[in-house]
Amino acid sequence: MAVLEAQNISIVFGGLKAVTNFDLKLEKGELVGLIGPNGAGKTTVFNMLTGVYNPTSGDILFNYSSDDNASKSIVGLKPYQITQLGIARTFQNIRLFKDLTVLDNVRIALHFNVKYNALQAVFRTSAFYREEGRVAGKAKELLEIFHIGEKQNELAKNLPYGEQRKLEIVRALATNPKLLLLDEPAAGMNPQETQDLMKLIKFIKDQFNLTILLIEHDMSLVMGICERIVVLDYGQTIAAGTPAEIRKDPKVIKAYLGEGGEFDA
Amino acid sequence: MKKNRIFNAVVILGASVVVFVILAALQYIGVIDEYNGQLLTLSGIYIVVALSLNLITGFTGQLALGQAGFMSVGAYTTAIAIMKFHVPMLLAILIGGLVAAVFGIIIGFPTLRLRGDYLAIATLGFGEIIRVLMINLGSLTGGAAGLKGIPAFSETENFVLDAVIKFSWVYVFAVITIVIISNLINSSPGRAIISIREDEIAANSMGINIAYYKIFSFTLSAFLAGVGGGLYGIYMGYLNPTMFGFMPSMNIVVIVVLGGLGSITGTVVASVAFTYIQEWLRVFKDLRLVIFGLALILVMIFWPKGLLGNKELSISGFLRKLFKRENNPERTVSQQNGSREGK
Repeated sequence: MAVLEAQNISIVFGGLKAVTNFDLKLEKGELVGLIGPNGAGKTTVFNMLTGVYNPTSGDILFNYSSDDNASKSIVGLKPYQITQLGIARTFQNIRLFKDLTVLDNVRIALHFNVKYNALQAVFRTSAFYREEGRVAGKAKELLEIFHIGEKQNELAKNLPYGEQRKLEIVRALATNPKLLLLDEPAAGMNPQETQDLMKLIKFIKDQFNLTILLIEHDMSLVMGICERIVVLDYGQTIAAGTPAEIRKDPKVIKAYLGEGGEFDA
Repeated sequence: MKKNRIFNAVVILGASVVVFVILAALQYIGVIDEYNGQLLTLSGIYIVVALSLNLITGFTGQLALGQAGFMSVGAYTTAIAIMKFHVPMLLAILIGGLVAAVFGIIIGFPTLRLRGDYLAIATLGFGEIIRVLMINLGSLTGGAAGLKGIPAFSETENFVLDAVIKFSWVYVFAVITIVIISNLINSSPGRAIISIREDEIAANSMGINIAYYKIFSFTLSAFLAGVGGGLYGIYMGYLNPTMFGFMPSMNIVVIVVLGGLGSITGTVVASVAFTYIQEWLRVFKDLRLVIFGLALILVMIFWPKGLLGNKELSISGFLRKLFKRENNPERTVSQQNGSREGK
């Protein structure tokens, strides 16, 4: 059963067709890459999947529970509702809560599961202390897994770049997603960091039982870890298949390199 | 962990009682004269109202310029409840807060779609609308002539005792406001509110219902401003729509900005400082506003983040440092803040 199924979604901004008739089916546990030249509409697809934009036409079905047949349309839901159903994302340009601590960044992502309200917070009831303890524990546990536990009290903006990217992933994982969308996780990383990131992505996929869709320009990463690749150009799917197929696909080569080019990744 | 909780509660309660006893006693024996006592009481009202604005502007990150409008609603409602319906004072103040909160919800909804400057203009407009309403609802509010003869906090003939009672009322409300805001902010809903200030898009993507928390903080803010307004009306004994115009709204903004957006202790310090500086500058007559404006510009140049930025001063954090208590790894949120400031 598919975790996510985008059926024929399109979005038009004014007269611009940003994405046209996009289809995508993600099976449980898959790691799929979404690639394409700049401006192809990759992030727009992410924004539609996460509720930032509403598709002009088409439907998106998400299997939100452990019951395989419990899918529902997420079109028209607000981003926070979609996150609460189980789709988490990271951003192309890092969007951490820069002036808050690492711990608070993660705790904010845990907020919607917290079982006390503002009134209980004001009166400092036992539910408040119990839940605060649980949330802090859970946040620290997550940070420990990614080896940034000792930096929990630092401000997010003071982390080195690679760790900021990592923290964004941790924060997304804290929402307990079934499906994780990574928007250019390797942007700005050197080859060594990219290698580490590849290991990290594989690790979280297994550890957290995730389905992952990622946008990436770094071909070594995409070809290295994605099981399937979808290629977008001018808002249209021009190719889909395994890395080996994509590498040889003349349309993809043309879109990226022009006529007569060749991939060296 | 339990020990820490009790330690915190005792410190906060103890400190507020000690400060109260000292200030009240000094007033009673006359070390703080009536004039300064009045200023202290006024500072307390400013603390309540400025903290309410800090919740919206400092913590939620929504620039609002109509806080005096909420104050006005609270003040008039409280006064009318007492004078026309003979509601007990405490209840009347709370009713004032609740009616202001209703306005907070009404204002909150349209402002969900407005950001930054646009929101500021909308809230500014709201403040003006309220002012004009108060002028034109003559039968209820006394119109432009104002509402006279609001009963005082006490009916005692003893001036000194009267001042102390006034001060006590305001002090209790100020402390309760501080506790409400700081307990709220150092909690998960509080972090959700702060995440809106930090990055709305990211907060939304992290499962935070932004609309809900914006409305929530507008409503609570309006409630507290209304309560502050109610206290102000009783304190002054007289209400007039011009008391809640553009300038008073700006004064509240100035206090919050001076103290530091997102700093509770900063707001408290700035409220008291503002009240006194305003009085000291009276000798300069019309030049007062010029000097004040200049001072503001200087502060913004040298301390763009205000007195305390978004930091807090914390007594328990200070005491902890003083007694070199071991840092417990299971510290609660407020304690963490405390020790962070202690550094």
